[in-house]
Amino acid sequence: MKILIKNGHVVDPSQSLDTTADVLVENGHVKEIAPHINVKCERVFDAKGLAVIPGLVDMHTHLREPGYEAKEDIVSGTQAAAHGGVTTVACMPNTKPVIDSSILVSGVKARAEQHGFAHVEVIGAITKNSEGKELSEMGDMAARGAVAFSDDGHHVSSARVFLLAAQYAKALNKPLISHAIDEELNTQGFMHEGIVSTRLGIPGVPSVAEDMAVARDCLVAQYTGAHVHIAHVSTQGAVDLIRHFKKQGVHVTAEAAVHHLTLTDEACSGFNTAAKISPPLRSMEHVRALRQGVLDGTIDIIVTDHSPHASEEKDVEFRYAPNGFPGLETSLGVLLTDLYHTGQMDLSTLINKMSCEPARLFGLPGGTLRPGAVADIAIVDLAREWTVDSNRFYTRGKFTPFEGKKCKGQVVATLLAGKFVMENGEIQCN
Amino acid sequence: MNLLHGKDILDISTLTREEITLIFQTADTMKRRLRQKAKKSTYLKGKAIINLFCEPSTRTRTSFELAGKYLGADVINFTTSASSVLKGESFRDTLLTLQAMHCDALVLRHPVEGSARWAAAQLAPVVINAGDGAHAHPTQALLDLFTLREKGIELKGRKMVIVGDILHSRVARSNIALWSKYGADIHVCGPATLLPRHAEQLGVTVHARLEDALKEASVINVLRIQLERQQKGMFPSAREYARLFGINEERMKLARPDAVILHPGPLNRGLEIAWQTSYGKQAAILQQVENGVAVRMALLALTLQGETNNENFD
Repeated sequence: MKILIKNGHVVDPSQSLDTTADVLVENGHVKEIAPHINVKCERVFDAKGLAVIPGLVDMHTHLREPGYEAKEDIVSGTQAAAHGGVTTVACMPNTKPVIDSSILVSGVKARAEQHGFAHVEVIGAITKNSEGKELSEMGDMAARGAVAFSDDGHHVSSARVFLLAAQYAKALNKPLISHAIDEELNTQGFMHEGIVSTRLGIPGVPSVAEDMAVARDCLVAQYTGAHVHIAHVSTQGAVDLIRHFKKQGVHVTAEAAVHHLTLTDEACSGFNTAAKISPPLRSMEHVRALRQGVLDGTIDIIVTDHSPHASEEKDVEFRYAPNGFPGLETSLGVLLTDLYHTGQMDLSTLINKMSCEPARLFGLPGGTLRPGAVADIAIVDLAREWTVDSNRFYTRGKFTPFEGKKCKGQVVATLLAGKFVMENGEIQCN
Repeated sequence: MNLLHGKDILDISTLTREEITLIFQTADTMKRRLRQKAKKSTYLKGKAIINLFCEPSTRTRTSFELAGKYLGADVINFTTSASSVLKGESFRDTLLTLQAMHCDALVLRHPVEGSARWAAAQLAPVVINAGDGAHAHPTQALLDLFTLREKGIELKGRKMVIVGDILHSRVARSNIALWSKYGADIHVCGPATLLPRHAEQLGVTVHARLEDALKEASVINVLRIQLERQQKGMFPSAREYARLFGINEERMKLARPDAVILHPGPLNRGLEIAWQTSYGKQAAILQQVENGVAVRMALLALTLQGETNNENFD
């Protein structure tokens, strides 16, 4: 099977490519990129005026399977990915049961291979049942393909346990992904501590709760030599700390979530539960620091923290609403609108942080259009204007803090291993 | 149709000055009626009001109950201790059940911020917020301002001080919001651990020392200190609180001689306010209670009956 994507604007930072060219896909792999390819193909896709980029690689998602299928499952979650131009998702282990053993890692991967619309990488739990007490069988999970370990949703509160986990993970050559926020301070608040929380009377989570946890985790990385990856950095203080430790040569990397780069705590005004997430949406000074961190390399990658819930779970009083909202179907459109079209970030930086770097950092296939690479490709109309409407989402989480947002730039087609899995907003089911 | 007919009373930000003026004019009438021999009218005859109280309260609930009854409405009290809220029936189902019974107004007291707004979004009947977590207590703010108005205090440029646990206080938030509408010079004071970190951004001046806050003040709003905050370690002891932040005769000398003391009640006498001061002539506490009934009568009358031609609310 041969597919030719013609006359697209190919942007692939992994090979410093930013040019108009044809992309030839053969048997699920990229065969060739050249100015003019004339080969007889089963399908020719005219990409004139469109950007052709490596499919996005999202290292922070919640597919909710097994156990929370009312919120999402592997099918709906990977359909959402394909809809958003995302071809690889790493799923967090806070399912029911928690993914803390090799059989669960294998199970999720097997289901995804059979039914998924994106490649699914599995992140195993650091501790059994993510309780922060005993190490899980990280070695066994790594052998079954777990790409990293995390107790996402909780900080590993015990310094002793985190130190042991770092030593253990280093020997396996796998990163620990830390949900770095002081657990005690975090559980006493429901949104960012700032003027909005003060006005609404909602107990706040102070930014220092994140800073102090990040500092500890970076120190553990320094002490053990382990690779510690800080999940969803949201504060100015955390950005400064990570920058400092990176300068010391410590093996720390970091991600920022789309919403922390584009929204503030004002989104929670009027008790909007769609905007409730952990770590919380913060104030503008933090948003600015995060954008700066992305630009200067302190923040290595951009993720969605796609965390859907059933709508009725969110339709309650703010305090009782679960944290999280879906993000796979809005990430590229929102960032193109708020960062690229405003001139704050160029296209190759954005694609690098959303595709090439995550794949490189975690040693995954994808994130590149190099000849021989698996043909995971997103085709993007940078100029197309659209309005975010959660009713059109493929995820089961039919709500978003971006509801009604006018975006410029939309994924028009997604290829997964050389097959069209999405075209013009429609998932291709054959 | 009056301005407030069918309107939910959720927080101060949803009320205009014009609406507030109408509420106060109506409350003047209600207060005169309260003081008559025959208090009861039939103005809200046939209307059903449910007091849904998911948090302990005696004075606010009684005040709303009497306000409804004096106007001839049927008032039902529904408290969590006796209700299905504790038996696992969801809050939404409780609200929908009450609506299905054709209640016309729901007066809601709830421990969680935003619950009144959320309830109003689910329901057709008028929702009146009788306190939602630390967010808002609009009827308390209205009765406080009504009391100050009776005392002849114009707010513009006046130094108004709120003393106590600002962090957890819906009364403080609603009074700050309301007084700001009238250009008051608002100050807050309390233990540093009970002040919001971003209080200045609400447009108030923050004081660590009570003496600085009280200087030349026209109004001192003393908040009730919740002893459970001390148990949670947010301040060291009741004794030290009284010593540093208690209002007493000596400290009142720093304020203007005609200064008025407000307290939403119930009082911890000897803690946030000295016995003598609480019974002194500057304290407007019982006047607040009386005005509370009048203001709540006004709110129920205005939101539940559209016709304004009956100016005596008979």
